[in-house]
Amino acid sequence: MDLGQINPVLLVASLMVAATPLLLAAIGELVVEKAGVLNLGVEGMMIVGAISGFAISVETGSPWLGFVAAAIGGAVLSLLFVLLTQFALANQVASGLALTLFGLGFSALMGQSYVGVKPPSMGDIYIPLISDIPVIGPILFRHDPILYLGIALTAVVWAALKYTRVGLILRAVGENHDAAHALGYKVIKIRIMAILFGGACAGLGGAYISLIRVPQWTEGMTAGVGWIALALVVFASWKPWRVLLGAYLFGGITVLQLNLQAAGVAIPVEYLAMSPYLITILVLVILSADKSSAPASLGRTFHASH
Amino acid sequence: MIVLEKRPQPSRAWSYATPLVAVLATMVFGGLLFAILGKNPVQAIGTIFWEPLFGEFAFYYRPQLLVKGAPLVLIAIGLSLGFRAGIWNIGAEGQYIMGAIFGAGAGLAFYPLDAWYIFPIMVVAGAFGGWLWATIPALLKVRFGTNEILVSLMLVYVAEQMLASVSLGLLKNPEGFGFPGSRNLQSYESAHNAELIAGSGMHWGVVAAFIAVIFAYVLLNRHMLGFHIRLTGEAPRAAKFAGVNPARLILFCLGISGALAGLAGMFEVSGPSGQISIDFNVGYGFTAIIVAFLGRLHPVGILLAGGLMALTYIGGEIAQSQLGLPAAAIQVFQGMLLFFLLAFDLLTNFRIRAARSEVA
Repeated sequence: MDLGQINPVLLVASLMVAATPLLLAAIGELVVEKAGVLNLGVEGMMIVGAISGFAISVETGSPWLGFVAAAIGGAVLSLLFVLLTQFALANQVASGLALTLFGLGFSALMGQSYVGVKPPSMGDIYIPLISDIPVIGPILFRHDPILYLGIALTAVVWAALKYTRVGLILRAVGENHDAAHALGYKVIKIRIMAILFGGACAGLGGAYISLIRVPQWTEGMTAGVGWIALALVVFASWKPWRVLLGAYLFGGITVLQLNLQAAGVAIPVEYLAMSPYLITILVLVILSADKSSAPASLGRTFHASH
Repeated sequence: MIVLEKRPQPSRAWSYATPLVAVLATMVFGGLLFAILGKNPVQAIGTIFWEPLFGEFAFYYRPQLLVKGAPLVLIAIGLSLGFRAGIWNIGAEGQYIMGAIFGAGAGLAFYPLDAWYIFPIMVVAGAFGGWLWATIPALLKVRFGTNEILVSLMLVYVAEQMLASVSLGLLKNPEGFGFPGSRNLQSYESAHNAELIAGSGMHWGVVAAFIAVIFAYVLLNRHMLGFHIRLTGEAPRAAKFAGVNPARLILFCLGISGALAGLAGMFEVSGPSGQISIDFNVGYGFTAIIVAFLGRLHPVGILLAGGLMALTYIGGEIAQSQLGLPAAAIQVFQGMLLFFLLAFDLLTNFRIRAARSEVA
C-alpha cells in the first residue's frame, strides 16, 4: 500500500469531474420535484443521453453536437413520462420505473455498434496565467466547459427559483396544485416544461459520463448514478447549492475509493466499490428525519376535475 | 375536444382488457421496431410467441417456460403485496442475489456430506438471505422514515459487489483451477435442485411459485392482513382509522417479498444455473416488476403474466439465434409492454368523452 501515490491536487480535480454527471442530473430532478412531480426515470434518461451524445459526437466528430443531442435524447425520453403521468394520469412511481427499464434496453440496442469506439475529445479550457497558478489552477481552471456549465446551471436554477416569477409559479404548482390551478396557472403545462428540463439535464449528465468521464460506451455504464442523483435531491432538502455540495461529496467518495483501489489498500476492491452506495443509504437515513422541505404535492397526480 | 371523465368505479371490464390491449400494442410497436432493425416483423413476432410453444423444437422450449417463469412469478408475487399497499420494493434483484449466496453457502458448507436435510436447510437459508436484505430498507423506513425505493435499489449494487466478492473469495471452487465461481451444485446431489420429473422443467422452484400464488390469493381474499394491505393501498386514511399498524405492514410486505426473491435466487443457483458466479443475476428482479404490473397485482394475473414474460425471454433467445435479433431488442420490447400497460390503464379509471360545445 502506498498512499503517497495519491496526489491531492489531482484528487480534487478529478472529484469535480466525477461529481458533474451527478450534479447535472440532480439539478434537473430538483426542478422536476419542485414542480411536484417525482420522476424515478433519471437513470433511464441518463443512459439514453449517454448513448445519444456518444453516437452523435462519434458520427459528427463534434462533442458539442453530442451534448446537444444528449439533452434532446433525455428530453425525448422524458416526453414518454409526460404522456404517461400528465395525460394518461398513470402512477408516477411505476412510470418512472418503466422509463428506466425501457431506457436501459433502448440504450443497449442503440449502442451495439459503438462498443470499443473512442469518442472525439472535448479538450479542457486553458486560460493563460490563471490556469498556471499552482494548486488552484489545475483544480479550478483546467476543466472541460460542461463542468462549468453544471455549476452555472446550479446558480441559474437557484436564482430562478428564488427571485423570478417563473420560479414562484413553479414552486406554487409543486406545493399546492389545486390552489395554483384556481389562480389560473396551467399546472399541466408548467409540469411538462419542468419534466422536459429534467430530462435534458439528465441526458447531459449521462453524456458527460460517456464522453468525458470514462470516455467510451459500455452497456449500463451509468451504474446507478441516476438513482444516487435522486437520493441527492432528498439529501439537499430541495436546495440547489446543497445539491452542488452533495454532488462534490459523492464525487469525492467515488474518486477516493478508486484511488484507494489503485493504491492497493488492504480493503478488498468489492468493499471499496460498494462504499458510494452504502454512504448514500447512510446519508438518506441521517437526513430523512426532516421531510418538511419536500414540495407538498410531490408525486400526486393532478386532474382539473377534482 | 376530448375530455376525461373520472369513473365513479374503476371499470372491471377494462381492468381485465388493458393487459391484453397492452400486449397487442406492444406486438404492433415491437414489430415496427424489429422492422426498423431490418427484420421481418411478422416473422420476428411469430418466432417470439409461436416458436417456443408450437414450433419444431417446442419439446425443448416448453420446459424452459417453467424454468424461466418460476423465478419471475415468485418474485412478482412478493412485490405485488407491497405495491398494493404503496410500499415500493424495487431491489428484488439484490434480494435474489443474497438468497442465492446464502442458499449456496449453506449447501456448500456441508460439502461433501450426503444427507437429506441439506436441501431444506438451503431453502431456509435462501429465504432468510432475501428476507434479511429486504428488512434493511423496511427497518430504516419504519425507524427513520427513509425512502424504501432508494435504499432497496442501492442495496442491489451492494449485493452485486457481494456476489463478485464471494465468487472470487469465500465461495470460490477450491478445485476450479483458479477460475472465479463456486462449485457446481448440480454435481453435488444433496444440494441439487433437480427436475422432479426428468425433462419437464418442473423443479422445486416451480412448485414454490405455484404455492406462492395460492398463498397470496388466500391472503388477499380471505385474511385480515390481506384486507389491511388492500385497504392501505386504496384508502390510507381509512386504514389509519381502522387501526392498521403501518410499521407492521411495511415489515411484512418488504420481508415477504425479500424472502420470496431470496427463494427464487436459491432455487436458481442450486438448479438451472448451478453455481455462484459474477454474472449469476440476469435481471429477473427488475423484469418481475413488469410481471407484477402486467398481472394487475393479482396472484392469478401474475401467474399468467409470468408465463408470458418467460415466453418473450425464450422466444427472444430463439429470435436471437435464428434471425440475429439483438438481445437488447427484447429488453426494449419488455419495457414497451410496461409503458403501454400504464398508458391504457387510463381507460380503467377514466371515461373518454367528446366534450359538447356549450351554447349559452
